[in-house]
Amino acid sequence: MTSASMPKRTDADLRFRFNGTEYSARPGETLAAALLRAGVPMLSEPASDARGAFCWMGWCQECRVRHEGRWVEACRLFVHDGLEAHGRRADDAG
Amino acid sequence: MQDSWDIAVLGGGPAGGEAARAAAAYGARIVLIDEQARPGGQVWRAKDTAREDVGDSSETAAGNLHRARLEKSTVTFLSQARLWHIERAEDQWHLHLLVDGCSQRHAARSVILAPGAREFVQPFPGWTTPGVFGLAGVTALMKSQQCPPGRRSVVSGGGPLAIFAASEILRLGGEVAAVVTPNSKAEWLRCWPEFMANPSLTLRGAEMMMRLKRAGVPILWRHLVSRASGDPTLRAVQVTPCHANWTPRGGESAIEADALCVGHGLVPNSEVAVLAGLTPQYDAQQGGWIAASGPLGETELPGLYLCGDGAGLRGAAASQNQGARVGEAAAMALNGQRPGKTSHRTSAAERFGRAMTRLAIPQPGLARLTDADTIVCRCEAIPRRKLDAAIDAGATSLDALKSATRCGMGPCGGKYCLTNAARLIGEKTGKQLADIPPPVPRPPLFPLPVDAVGAGFDYDNLPIPAPAPL
Repeated sequence: MTSASMPKRTDADLRFRFNGTEYSARPGETLAAALLRAGVPMLSEPASDARGAFCWMGWCQECRVRHEGRWVEACRLFVHDGLEAHGRRADDAG
Repeated sequence: MQDSWDIAVLGGGPAGGEAARAAAAYGARIVLIDEQARPGGQVWRAKDTAREDVGDSSETAAGNLHRARLEKSTVTFLSQARLWHIERAEDQWHLHLLVDGCSQRHAARSVILAPGAREFVQPFPGWTTPGVFGLAGVTALMKSQQCPPGRRSVVSGGGPLAIFAASEILRLGGEVAAVVTPNSKAEWLRCWPEFMANPSLTLRGAEMMMRLKRAGVPILWRHLVSRASGDPTLRAVQVTPCHANWTPRGGESAIEADALCVGHGLVPNSEVAVLAGLTPQYDAQQGGWIAASGPLGETELPGLYLCGDGAGLRGAAASQNQGARVGEAAAMALNGQRPGKTSHRTSAAERFGRAMTRLAIPQPGLARLTDADTIVCRCEAIPRRKLDAAIDAGATSLDALKSATRCGMGPCGGKYCLTNAARLIGEKTGKQLADIPPPVPRPPLFPLPVDAVGAGFDYDNLPIPAPAPL
């Protein structure tokens, strides 16, 4: 078997917040990938119907998060420094 | 804003990119439209982020060549643009695109559609659990983000995609707990003639298999993933042996994993072609509903051409060849010419693509995975029992099932449930899939922010007629 650890990235220099928690990403990473690498596959808020990215092509809409007042696919949203996003809540219709 | 082009090509993968390049060689003004930041499509997705510790896969290398050739051509690349509507007016095609949050209109004398394919996944218990991903989707993730889907993954699917994905997970430093495939070894061996005719593709496959072997990854032949469990995120994957027609034999065993990559084949993206006015036809061998097109991509509508997997599954190598022929034909047609009679022989690459596609075509027994409580429509969280009840009550078309249950009316627009819903209708009514057409696609083809089309609107713009003279 190969190493069970996720690849280490030392140059993760972008900071962002998701559901209020701070994470880091490297340039060119999408929000969904940066969270996956941080061990966070669930993109809806806790206590909602648990969902995460599924199609990774921007089609299924399962990874949509709230960002700057819009629904955005986390698998197509490139992280920038200071980015803030929130997952779907149980009462979100969108 | 409106731009005018000789030819607009939709989709920058092997088919669309080659079509654009071939047409540009004839001096035509070409725009190549793609959802991603750079051309390549899903199969040749460009790296968005670099890792010094891993080199390029052969797919990345092929994509880099594709991108370098386009760079040198006169093709204008319109990136991160999504088509939400297409219509014909005044002898031109009009494309409505969402670019950077705003809607743009582009007009073109001809249009080449190369929208590719999307993934088909048969719903099974637990498939909405975070950590369960589409198999083709994960390959796109790995190509663009250089990131394995989890620490310990189970990879499942028919055909070569599962082998490729597992090999890439290893290359990117992840662990593969098992490859689970409904194919038998014998089915692979029957593709021997196609392997012999395509030594380079075959060698790549052999390299992948060697990587799995070296890492000690077990391959479970004639097995399916029957369940995913974990709350709130994936902890274990249940697998079961299956028959030749992919019917689960029963008897589950569990594999601990935090990622499951599972796919049951591809579905051609035919919505844009149908929205443009073409009639979809059912062809199981080519992946399902496709609009008819000729050998040079020509359709029954003027100036509308189709190529690549979206016009019927054929694989990257064959799509590339076909794209070049279609691009040339479209450019020549604008000058009133026709390409010389090169009677097209099916290429070795095309036969290889079709043989691999056959391995991945889902067999009927797969439907047994979806039990009464399994969610079929992910967006609306509709379990199979609700759909069954509606079908029993007379909703025996997809339009009727949509009206009765909201299946397919969520944000994805039915892209991930209606293929399954059609199979449920077929199973209950005995109707052939060819008699259960997809609903008529309507714009917008994906969720569109209202301000993208309404931006710049002012109440003074309302046409208020002048009051009638007293």
